[in-house]
Amino acid sequence: MTKNIMIVGVGGQGSLLASKLLGHLLLSEGYDVKVSEVHGMSQRGGSVVTYVRFGEKVYSPIIDKGEADFIVSFEKLEAARYVEYLKEGGRIVTNTQEIDPMPVITGAAVYPDNLIEKMQGIGIAVDAMDCLSLAEEAGSAKAVNIVLMGRLSKYFDIPVEKWQQAIEECVPAKFAALNHQAFLLGRGDA
Amino acid sequence: MKQLMLGNQALARGLYEAGCSVVSSYPGTPSTEVTEEAAKYDEIYCEWAPNEKVAMEVAFGASLAGKRSFCGMKHVGLNVAADPLFTCSYTGVNAGMVICVADDAGMHSSQNEQDSRHHAIASKVPMLEPSDSGEAYEFAKQAFKLSEEFDTPVIIKMCTRVAHSQSIVEAGVREEVDTIPYEKNIAKYVMMPGNAIRRHPVVEERTRKLIQYAENCAFNRVEMGDTKLGIITSSTSYQYVKEVFGEKASILKLGLINPLPEKLILNFAAKVEKLAIVEELDPVIENHCKHLGLTVTGKDVLPLEGEYSQNLIAEKLGEEVPAYRKLNETMPGRPPVMCAGCPHRGLFYILSKNQCTVLGDIGCYTLGAVAPLNAMEMTLCMGASVSSIHGFNKALGEAGEEKTVAVIGDSTFMHSGMTGLANIAYNQSNSTVIILDNSITGMTGHQQNPTTGYNIKGDPAGKIDLESLCRAMGFGRVAVIDPYDLEECDRVVKEELAAKEPSVIISRRPCALLKYVKHSAPLAVKEDRCVGCKSCMRLGCPAISMKGKKAAIDNTLCVGCKVCQQLCKFDALQPGEV
Repeated sequence: MTKNIMIVGVGGQGSLLASKLLGHLLLSEGYDVKVSEVHGMSQRGGSVVTYVRFGEKVYSPIIDKGEADFIVSFEKLEAARYVEYLKEGGRIVTNTQEIDPMPVITGAAVYPDNLIEKMQGIGIAVDAMDCLSLAEEAGSAKAVNIVLMGRLSKYFDIPVEKWQQAIEECVPAKFAALNHQAFLLGRGDA
Repeated sequence: MKQLMLGNQALARGLYEAGCSVVSSYPGTPSTEVTEEAAKYDEIYCEWAPNEKVAMEVAFGASLAGKRSFCGMKHVGLNVAADPLFTCSYTGVNAGMVICVADDAGMHSSQNEQDSRHHAIASKVPMLEPSDSGEAYEFAKQAFKLSEEFDTPVIIKMCTRVAHSQSIVEAGVREEVDTIPYEKNIAKYVMMPGNAIRRHPVVEERTRKLIQYAENCAFNRVEMGDTKLGIITSSTSYQYVKEVFGEKASILKLGLINPLPEKLILNFAAKVEKLAIVEELDPVIENHCKHLGLTVTGKDVLPLEGEYSQNLIAEKLGEEVPAYRKLNETMPGRPPVMCAGCPHRGLFYILSKNQCTVLGDIGCYTLGAVAPLNAMEMTLCMGASVSSIHGFNKALGEAGEEKTVAVIGDSTFMHSGMTGLANIAYNQSNSTVIILDNSITGMTGHQQNPTTGYNIKGDPAGKIDLESLCRAMGFGRVAVIDPYDLEECDRVVKEELAAKEPSVIISRRPCALLKYVKHSAPLAVKEDRCVGCKSCMRLGCPAISMKGKKAAIDNTLCVGCKVCQQLCKFDALQPGEV
């Protein structure tokens, strides 16, 4: 059975590293893996989506509505935007950070309030945490992606060492310690 | 070793292993990474050409000389390169020549969603269509053999979901191929009428042979399942079809998309009760099937526009789609925006303030068209700003000339802005052309170009001086401005619009995302001074927002460009801590 992880956020937040890490990890676990990214214009501060799919044999590179086992979100509004992609019984793992999109900045729209409560209100399991603070605690605001991966790892039956190994394969050696710490803080093991 | 590779990376690996020696391309999403990845192999000479036509002609020259060659481009780039394409179909090749064209159904980063298969059909050049990274790798290797066997360039058609998806590839080693000696052959390579007339039947005969080849080749395969429904498909649509139907349908998966087989399709159709064609964009396979006399389901239920997906195919072909929960909430959109510190912002603010009619072009600066700047009124294709301002001003005379500007980036100017500028210099309209020189090809992810002084590997290279170039064309008025200096921008834009001769303004400052660009300390809002007038908000900078009645600056985004500071009458925006 193919498992689906959707990574959503704002262009420039570092979601490509998260998908790279998951790709490495899942490949080393022996799965067939597909990762789909979008480059180009949408990377300029727009809403970005990356799909990670794994299983015995994966065909489609994308995840459709009602299919995601997990939505990992770098930003609260983006988590809510893609709720419809979540499968029945799926889970949202999200950073609670709010980044105002341009229509909110210009006053043409308002940033919706209580989004996490509203998602929970329609029966969705939401695991929300302030990843930015934890990343800063680990030593860099840029480690939000690894904090999120730490949190996501709780829901997988894959040993922590394997995750840590995948981190080492994907980040420059001089940032390995910082990212290990970010991972553990996200996982709640630090 | 099994590894995850982007489709584009896998294609580059295939080029490498096939002994490809020369690569010339122009960047364009979603094709760019093929050439960037190819440039990592020392055995391949790689370059960014000024445009796709040049790139294809470079690749052709290398093939003529006897080396396997490649050029890559996005779908609209193939329009630019259509001229050499249609005629090198006639000449054929010496060593193998492969062209990659990457379509962008869904227009993630494009101005149209044309279907490049029409180019293959019209130019009578074979086209391969991989459906994942493994096939991109394998097809690239096979494409050179096909090219040499049939004496033709071969096109590999990618799409966003194949180009930018990673899947597993098991790479091999490079095959060193011998140079095929170049031999003078005027009848084959000089396409003047007398020779071209003799080459056209060769092309038609080649197509007949390729149709025979298509009937049995390994690029096309049948996967028999339940025979109630047969589906003919290709590319990423194949993956969606497999996702939905698995063994519940029989599938004819086409990898050679031009020319299409006939017997293979008829035999497959005879084995199934009902036939459906699943292909993104235009009904190319479908029309072929109808031409063969088959009754099919296709564009009668599936859309001509946009990308497909598993749910879309399931729904349209009567299969179940998964249920999902909805949030009853209006979500503000999150469109792409110019980055904080983007050098284009200040200039667009001035153009907007002066109520200029701005004819635009292709690049990051196309974002000048979105709120709150709303400072661009036309974008068509690469180079069109410079050519069309001339037409606009010839049509309107002074009424146009005194308020209309063309804006074009440095790379786009090199691509096809120069010829339009030559027309202004030659046929004399009092047009004002602004070259937005951010010293890089920005939107596609920082590729070098002829104005940057560096080549694809980052080594020093030739550097075209824009000021000298414009002056050599006959422009007496060439001004250089810093787009972070609003007062200077305002003064120069007004002067050049008023001038009674053609002029070029070069708005020069490197892209704020370039690694060598040093940023200043972020600004902060002095709350006792901010009156909440929102003047700074008119820039549409993602680092500035209103928190309550005061402006606020996100210090993780602000790069200290100080453009907003110049709009604040109350000195409320200052560097450093509050």
